[in-house]
Amino acid sequence: MTNLIDLTVVDAAAALRRGDITQAELFQAYRDRAAADDTNSFTWLADELTLPAALGNEATPRPGTDTPLAGVPLAIKDLFCIAGVPTASASNLLRGYLPPYTATAVRLLQDAGATVLGKTNQDEFAMGSSNENSAFGPVLNPWDRTRVPGGSSGGSAAAVAAGLAPASIGTDTGGSVRQPAALCGVVGLKPTYGSVSRFGMIAFASSLDQAGPITRNVTDAALLFRAMTGPRDPADATSIGWDSAGELDLPTTERLDGLKIGVPIDLLGEGIEPGVRASFDATLKLAESLGAEIVEVQLPHARHALSAYYLLAPAEASSNLARFDGVRYGNRAEIGDGGLVELYTKTRHDGFGPEVKRRIMLGTYALSSGFYDAYYRRAQQVRTKIVEDFRAAYEQVDLIATPTSPTVAWGLGERTDDPLAMYQADVTTLPFSLAGVPAISIPSGLSEGLPVGFQLAGPAFSEPQILETAYALEQQIGFDGAAAFDGPAPAGKEQG
Amino acid sequence: MIDRDTVLHVATLARLDLHDDEIEPMAQELSAVLGHLETIAELDLDGVVPTSHVLTAPTGPRADVPHTSLAREVALDQAPDASDDGFRVPSPQA
Repeated sequence: MTNLIDLTVVDAAAALRRGDITQAELFQAYRDRAAADDTNSFTWLADELTLPAALGNEATPRPGTDTPLAGVPLAIKDLFCIAGVPTASASNLLRGYLPPYTATAVRLLQDAGATVLGKTNQDEFAMGSSNENSAFGPVLNPWDRTRVPGGSSGGSAAAVAAGLAPASIGTDTGGSVRQPAALCGVVGLKPTYGSVSRFGMIAFASSLDQAGPITRNVTDAALLFRAMTGPRDPADATSIGWDSAGELDLPTTERLDGLKIGVPIDLLGEGIEPGVRASFDATLKLAESLGAEIVEVQLPHARHALSAYYLLAPAEASSNLARFDGVRYGNRAEIGDGGLVELYTKTRHDGFGPEVKRRIMLGTYALSSGFYDAYYRRAQQVRTKIVEDFRAAYEQVDLIATPTSPTVAWGLGERTDDPLAMYQADVTTLPFSLAGVPAISIPSGLSEGLPVGFQLAGPAFSEPQILETAYALEQQIGFDGAAAFDGPAPAGKEQG
Repeated sequence: MIDRDTVLHVATLARLDLHDDEIEPMAQELSAVLGHLETIAELDLDGVVPTSHVLTAPTGPRADVPHTSLAREVALDQAPDASDDGFRVPSPQA
């Protein structure tokens, strides 16, 4: 019989439906592997196939094998609230918190037959590009355990790359699904802003945060995206939804005749490693060989995306994180006789890590009286220009392609003392986030033995075309992720 | 660019305690980051409308229909300090 952990989500669901394998044995195979993990990808592991009853919530039912996901276990980024399951957004301030409700995206996946394998490590409150800002410690890249997995959804990407989970869910604010997927050699989809409900995701920057799947291949990403989206969620005022989600087909495209792919020269300047550029160019050649036309497009304001993002996201974060004050949930600091204000300030000092404090300070400054117009308002105007750039570009081309990350995975600790160097890691993903448009990262090859990601983006709600195109390229690229999958350590890989 | 007094002022606004040895490094880091972000000052943005929602999302009030919310014991369950009917905090006047 096939090794259980070699099955993709689509194949595992089919095997479960046929009765070739059982939900319990699939869950246990991954549970054993994840328990022996040496990449620090998980912050919590489920003990059972179904979640027990929590205060105010009933136990989750065992999914039927006639559902789309048929009981396949998923790894869920820590910041998604799941009733009764430890949810900390990798922060000491929330360590031990048990939410009273479940995020809509997770509930929709459960309704579609997914089970929860565990919660995955991340940068604290999703602020980071290397997963080194976690109260649970850094995640190691399964391709090379001396390197970072990317971030902020580092645990979600590493867990899938190492075969510790069939697939996972992450969130992307400025690149936090796509960049770790690229650095770990897996597929990551950031859907159109508003297409997946944000309800129950611990908020970082609400105008940018979007949940998306991280998977071994494009077909699995399509299957999970279809399950996560759905009608507008009344619990998320910015949710737009996808009323006909059930009609989204799994990708089958082989040819790209007539497709116009734009390459934004403004994003391909300095900082792109030669090996990354070579893999990117080779993938464009493959697209051409399938019939696509490659043309240059202008995104004249894209080079300002980093500045706009690192004002807007911290500004929103400083507001969102005001709720963590040691009163209603989370951990409270010991205080002297300073009263309520001391309770707030000490709790936040002791609970937040250095990067979170830096961003709260930056965002508070950008919103403060006297600086609001020069920073926050101006950044929102730049955002408008970036949105307009994309609208104009998509009048000329169907999709836009860039390398997902300018570099391959870097060494642990290499950029931790230099916030600006860390922020540069997102330079090719940020413009798409600010424009709210969907984008996918697929592995396009290796540079110096490490995965390179190819980013493909389209206009709002073009997920079907992005997925079809990514699928066609994926078949030609033939990326082999086995080095990470079968890498050192994971004891129990003979299981199943 | 960002001096010690500015850091202390912003920290007060953010309700964030900073120890003495954390103030100077914060001033330096914020100055370095803000210095880099100031490229947007070059742009001519007169008359550009700031983005409020990247897509034109349909918004509006939901129907005014009563619905249940979290039960009190559920809402209070995760509080660091709760009494039977609320969240307990030290006096704001202290």
